[in-house]
Amino acid sequence: MEFGPHLMLAMLEGLVQASVLTLTALGLSLVFGVMRVVNVAHGEFFMLGAVFSWWITQAVGASPALGFIAALLLAPLLVGLIAALADWLVLRRIEYDPERTIVATIGLLYIIQQLTLMSFGPDARPVPPPFNSRIALPWFEWGEGGLSLYWPWGLSITSYKLFVILAAPAVLAALWLVMARSRLGLVLRATRIDGEIARTFAIPVEKVYALVFGIGAALAALGAVLVVPIQQAHYLMGGDPLLLSFIVVIIGGLGSLRGTVLAAVLIGMSDGIISVFFTPTLAKIIATLLVAMVLVFRPEGLFGERRA
Amino acid sequence: MVAVKALNGGDLVTTRGLCRHFGGIRAVDGVDFALPEGELRALIGPNGAGKTTFVSLLCGRLRPSGGAITFAGEDVTALPAHERIRRGMAYTFQITSVFANLTVRENVALAVQRRLGQGGGTLGAETEGALARVGLLERADQPARDLAYGHQRLLEIAMGLGQKPRLLILDEPTQGLSEGEIADFITLIREVSREMTILLIEHNMGVVMALAERITVLDAGRILAEGSPEEIRANREVQAAYLGG
Amino acid sequence: MRGAPVKSLALHLGLIALLFALQFVLPAYHHGNLARIMVMAAYAMGYNLMFGYTGLLSLGHAMFFAAGMYGMGLSVQYLGLSAGSGFLAGVAAAFALSLGVALLALRTSGVAFMIVTLMFAQALYLAILHFAPWTRGDEGFVIPRAARVFLGLDLADPTIRYGAALTLFALVMLAMLCLVHAREGRVLVAIRENEPRAEMLGYDTWRHKLFAVTASGTISGAAGAAYGLLFGYVGAAFAQVPYSIFPLLWVLLGGAGTLIGPFIGTLFMFYLIDIASGMTDAYMLAVGVALLLLTLFAPRGIMGVIRERWVRWLP
Repeated sequence: MEFGPHLMLAMLEGLVQASVLTLTALGLSLVFGVMRVVNVAHGEFFMLGAVFSWWITQAVGASPALGFIAALLLAPLLVGLIAALADWLVLRRIEYDPERTIVATIGLLYIIQQLTLMSFGPDARPVPPPFNSRIALPWFEWGEGGLSLYWPWGLSITSYKLFVILAAPAVLAALWLVMARSRLGLVLRATRIDGEIARTFAIPVEKVYALVFGIGAALAALGAVLVVPIQQAHYLMGGDPLLLSFIVVIIGGLGSLRGTVLAAVLIGMSDGIISVFFTPTLAKIIATLLVAMVLVFRPEGLFGERRA
Repeated sequence: MVAVKALNGGDLVTTRGLCRHFGGIRAVDGVDFALPEGELRALIGPNGAGKTTFVSLLCGRLRPSGGAITFAGEDVTALPAHERIRRGMAYTFQITSVFANLTVRENVALAVQRRLGQGGGTLGAETEGALARVGLLERADQPARDLAYGHQRLLEIAMGLGQKPRLLILDEPTQGLSEGEIADFITLIREVSREMTILLIEHNMGVVMALAERITVLDAGRILAEGSPEEIRANREVQAAYLGG
Repeated sequence: MRGAPVKSLALHLGLIALLFALQFVLPAYHHGNLARIMVMAAYAMGYNLMFGYTGLLSLGHAMFFAAGMYGMGLSVQYLGLSAGSGFLAGVAAAFALSLGVALLALRTSGVAFMIVTLMFAQALYLAILHFAPWTRGDEGFVIPRAARVFLGLDLADPTIRYGAALTLFALVMLAMLCLVHAREGRVLVAIRENEPRAEMLGYDTWRHKLFAVTASGTISGAAGAAYGLLFGYVGAAFAQVPYSIFPLLWVLLGGAGTLIGPFIGTLFMFYLIDIASGMTDAYMLAVGVALLLLTLFAPRGIMGVIRERWVRWLP
């Protein structure tokens, strides 16, 4: 394939990555923004979402589409409930102390991961996509007769991937509506600015925290439900989304939702594009070092606002 | 006045055009200040006048937005806090800030050992000396967190004394002390002031009048007045801004 | 007060003597385990210097352990260094890495410090994978038995190996003992307890933290180099996240900021994982549960509780 179509293909793959990453990272960012804690178990909630998705589609059986819809609704809900429970039983008790929360969520990480290994097993399991027609994409060339379109062999995308690319903006829009317009959004924003002050306005901060922790995990699970027809479910699949979400949240500015979305698109795209042209390991080395440097020299992130 | 300064070896601390802005708020706004060596100076002013910000600039906890600070004839504006402390400043925190989980003795030893460096076998003796002076020797092996509030304030002062500073900055040392404790405090500081220069931020006017040789009044980040206790008492501007309301 | 250093010296020398004596009575399996535990406890003590005494929580200590291990392994493998010089090369590599990481990471604090150390460690792990032609990637490589001879002693021999592990453990423990009773150790504790106050007593806290991170990383690297030499294997698994979490867990369990705690924690956790892995593949579950329970119910760890309740002079 020529360079142009090849790049276009890489960008489409990048957009699929970016879409899933946006949802996952947004969950981490929301939790950090409102609760000021880092959830190291975030990747495991992603993994749980994928595993539940497999279970639900297996249970529904009959048609992949029906199973997918059920998974899309149920998996994030279940994961969210588990996360909210973990918050209530663990984080609330250690009073959301930032350092102890990290150690506790590392504990949660291993518990979730190993329990999955015990029940789900060590194998990777595929989930059938609900629809999967191939859509060929055109490319153009300057020929003798001027600009002309043609369909290069191999330049195509599946309808399902297209759906994933469009899903993230849809969820984002819904989330934005909730944050900006609803009473719940108001409560979240108030708690985010100052938990202590929110308390004095009779906002049940602990319940809000459990809810936020649940929503954060549910967003990761949603990302996983979307990705699992493309990438199989496996008990160790939480590592990469965790690392990438960290990168996104840090680059985007800790706790800044807008910065997170920008960074997720940037990282998801560049991860997709770079891994087509470079070895993925080298790309990851560069990305992790870059992120460490951002934290060291520009802790407010690349897109965050500098605070006085 | 000139004679006194010569006797004491000139100014220990000076500031020129010292400023500190927080966003749009000018907490300290162009202060020219001089404190001769050996003097016991009180710094007073209404709440929010910029007293704590001012001494934080002196000892390096905050960076100035503008202006210069000299200490013992040297420009220290660019030096970090620990370098200024090494040159002979000591600062006791307004909000008690001791090492709560260490013993009283360890708290003071940390202050003494920095001055002694690696050498010097007098660490134990000097630590106990500083503790004896504030009357905390019999509580030396208690964890600092178990001390009553007044005793924690005394521990702060013992940590200041342990450093044998040339300048001791006391930020509201009598806040929260009982009448009896305040009387003891006045006696202690009077005695200590023979050995070092003291800058005292204080709200309790009784303490100020009993101790201060001179008083500087800060208001809205500027020096409103400066003079002997009698002069300050008689100053109408000060009365309007602060004393009489 | 004066008696405390003497008592603690007696306690720690006693522990070393006990470990020396145990080799004559332990069955071979536990004999081998204890050699491993002593090397890992040296690693944990290195971690404790930074976390327990200075209050800096690193999530990337595996990079220092691995730097020591690979510094030793690669120089023995490709430069033909002897065991002794290879060990020193490993220690030097860990020293250089920890100095570099400290200079960068200490510009941050708290949660950012934890994530920065995590990221650096991840980058080193990925670099080991990336340079697979030399490092053999995930598979790792074996240190040939011929190279595992130090001063004419065969480090692969169980008795020699036990002795070497005990020597490393004892040296690190005694060095730590000196440090915590020295003025430097007290300054580190002061920084842990209240950094702004330490600064306002005239301590250059940044320089002391630099010392703590570098010394901690170097000790961890020495443990890594020794582990590679004594057990004859260098592998990327030692650079991965679990090996950053283990020292944290060992120190938390044994008691952060106590000298003997890291050994106790390593001992308990080693056997807990040993037993768990006999029962299930999901033995890391034990790690997760232990971390969670410690955070929730016993943040001071075993020795921390003992010190608080009964033995106040414990260093």
